Amino acid sequence: MQASLFITCYNDTLFPETGRALVRLLERLGVEVEFRAGQTCCGQMHANTGFRREAFCQAKRLVRLYADAEAVVIPSSSCVAMIRDQYPGLFEELGDEALRKDFAALVPRVYELSEFLIDKLGVEDVGAYFPHRVTYHASCHGLRGLHLGERPFRLLRKVRGLELAPLANLERCCGFGGTFSVKNGEVSSAMLTVKLEDVLATKAEFCTALDNSCLMHLGGGMHRQYAGMKTIHMAQILASTEKEPPEVAG
Amino acid sequence: MSAAAEQTVLDRAELDPAKAPSFPVAALPVLRNVQLRKNVAHAIDVIQAKRARLVAEKTDWQALRAAAAAIKDHVLENLGAYLEQFEERCTAAGGTVHWAVDAADARKIILEILREEKADEVIKIKTMTSAEIQLNPFLEAAGVRTYETDLAEIILQLGEGEPSHIVVPALHVNRSQVREIFARRMGIENLSDEPKALTAAARNYLRQKFLLVPTAISGANFLIAETGGVVVVESEGNGRMCLTLPRTMITLAGIEKVLPRFQDLEVMLQLLARSATGERMNPYTSLWTGVTPGDGPQKFHVVLLDNGRSSILARKKERQTLRCIRCAACMNTCPVYRQTGGHAYGSVYPGPIGAILTPQLEQLRHAQSLPFASSLCGACYEVCPVKINIPEILIDLRAQVTDQERKTAGKFFDPMYVAMRAANLIFSRAWLFHAAQKMGRIGSRFLTRKDGWMHSLPSVGAKWTLTRDLRGLPRQTFHEWWAARERGAK
Repeated sequence: MQASLFITCYNDTLFPETGRALVRLLERLGVEVEFRAGQTCCGQMHANTGFRREAFCQAKRLVRLYADAEAVVIPSSSCVAMIRDQYPGLFEELGDEALRKDFAALVPRVYELSEFLIDKLGVEDVGAYFPHRVTYHASCHGLRGLHLGERPFRLLRKVRGLELAPLANLERCCGFGGTFSVKNGEVSSAMLTVKLEDVLATKAEFCTALDNSCLMHLGGGMHRQYAGMKTIHMAQILASTEKEPPEVAG
Repeated sequence: MSAAAEQTVLDRAELDPAKAPSFPVAALPVLRNVQLRKNVAHAIDVIQAKRARLVAEKTDWQALRAAAAAIKDHVLENLGAYLEQFEERCTAAGGTVHWAVDAADARKIILEILREEKADEVIKIKTMTSAEIQLNPFLEAAGVRTYETDLAEIILQLGEGEPSHIVVPALHVNRSQVREIFARRMGIENLSDEPKALTAAARNYLRQKFLLVPTAISGANFLIAETGGVVVVESEGNGRMCLTLPRTMITLAGIEKVLPRFQDLEVMLQLLARSATGERMNPYTSLWTGVTPGDGPQKFHVVLLDNGRSSILARKKERQTLRCIRCAACMNTCPVYRQTGGHAYGSVYPGPIGAILTPQLEQLRHAQSLPFASSLCGACYEVCPVKINIPEILIDLRAQVTDQERKTAGKFFDPMYVAMRAANLIFSRAWLFHAAQKMGRIGSRFLTRKDGWMHSLPSVGAKWTLTRDLRGLPRQTFHEWWAARERGAK
């Protein structure tokens, strides 16, 4: 099984440890990982800020780049949701027939990490060891966009040593919302405050998610408040073993 | 009366989209008002919990949603025909149908009817559509006193406040404020803030109006094309009083309110009550058709209001906005509304539906900040009983606003626009992206503190560091690590 990793622009720049963990995890599961050097961004930021033509250019680039990939794995629910939910509209409006055909052929092979592990590889126990109390934040795009449902919990429950702390109001947004976090900075901050109350009340050591965007938001708030909880992408938890504990920054 | 008591109890919000400040600005006073935020969050959490319980007991909920969406889509496809059918049947039953192209037209029509009736007072059933056309201030200026009869609307009218929610308009007002408003405006000394005492005061105030004022104005939840009938749902029974006691009734309804058949109510009423107030059935559902001799109003007018709706109808993707049955489930579940309440939206239609409906009704001449007043979390779409894909429309409207703004000189140099154009260039070539990452890494060193985090960012980033730190950029990007690993492997 071969998988092409689309790391996403912000993970490449800000969270390389997530990518490194993902490579380690997939290779441990016998997947041959490839990384295409031409990749940049899926276009989500432009699309959600109203820059449709720009978003289209990036969407087209992505479809062309991965046209012959056996599977594309993306450690970010919101980027996968962008591809599944917004590309069709962009291509309908601005693309041509050939592009729409290429996209239709590619999209069934695009996977969010937990989908790839459970639906494609058929594994729940990835042999991870992470002896910590952890709470899971369901990102809106994972929850309502991709309908990930129980997948993340099924993976986390099989991690040895991990104590899962339930999070109240799991379905409530953390307030990140991409450029919303700066265009409506004050409202976004108020939403973060409310979310952090629930997250910190779990008394977990780590807050994990399948989206580093939410974690950047939650973690940024935790750091500002000296909260003493850390954020960690689920790929890092799943990659972690007795011999190789995860790299945790800051 | 003391000087302090001369002031109004409630803050005056600006709900005219043409005059209201942008959403981020209008949100600030609310965010600073701890009590208000608590009132709003508590109220909508209670409604949402009730809604969730009652939706869970309906095993056919998703089928009902699909049916409602299909009914509404069918109506919108054939809107002209159904409206004409409604006009014909309503007229045959003794009603008079008027067509209003915009708010000014509707106000004029209503005032003419009132002049004909020689009415200088009118009682009103709660109608957000009349707030949309700013009917009350217009009638007051023309010498017609308006009396709201919905409890929440009475509170707002007497307290000179504005609605912050479409189902529970005085959601933001607490009990002691209600007590103060009633005590002062009804002239009741020693009024307690017990709900029983407050509703008794309202009842006493209302009974006089019901018995003395012979003309009433209502909105409509639904119009029925096949019968020419009108449907109003409510909780208090005050609407029922308005529908039975007066001589003349004027109903103002948006053109999208029409349903083909009486039978369609079976679907709509199941969805509406559960979604709006978390009840299996709302306490009062009133249906009337034209005029019945000896029973209820003997003169009946319907004003069908367009006011921007047909321009929404003309757009394929946005058309679904007109499916809305005004249940407010989207605002009750919205994490943005939960923090800001309704007034920040600068419209009588707040929350997610307001964020898509208002700019469209304004044909994007105003309210351009509203499509951006969402984190796109999708909760609204999930609860919407008529399956309006609100996030999709928000994104589409954002594109329309951006297309409009990017042509203007002021926005060309706006930091957000400059950043978005630069990002597009950077993402068009991997080598440019990698060069930008390197430059960012060098530049961010000056902003990164000893703890490895950035605490204060310039320009648009300053809004991030209001409340959030940002981890310093790591020494090596992922693709650099990958390239090094590949080289090592060889």
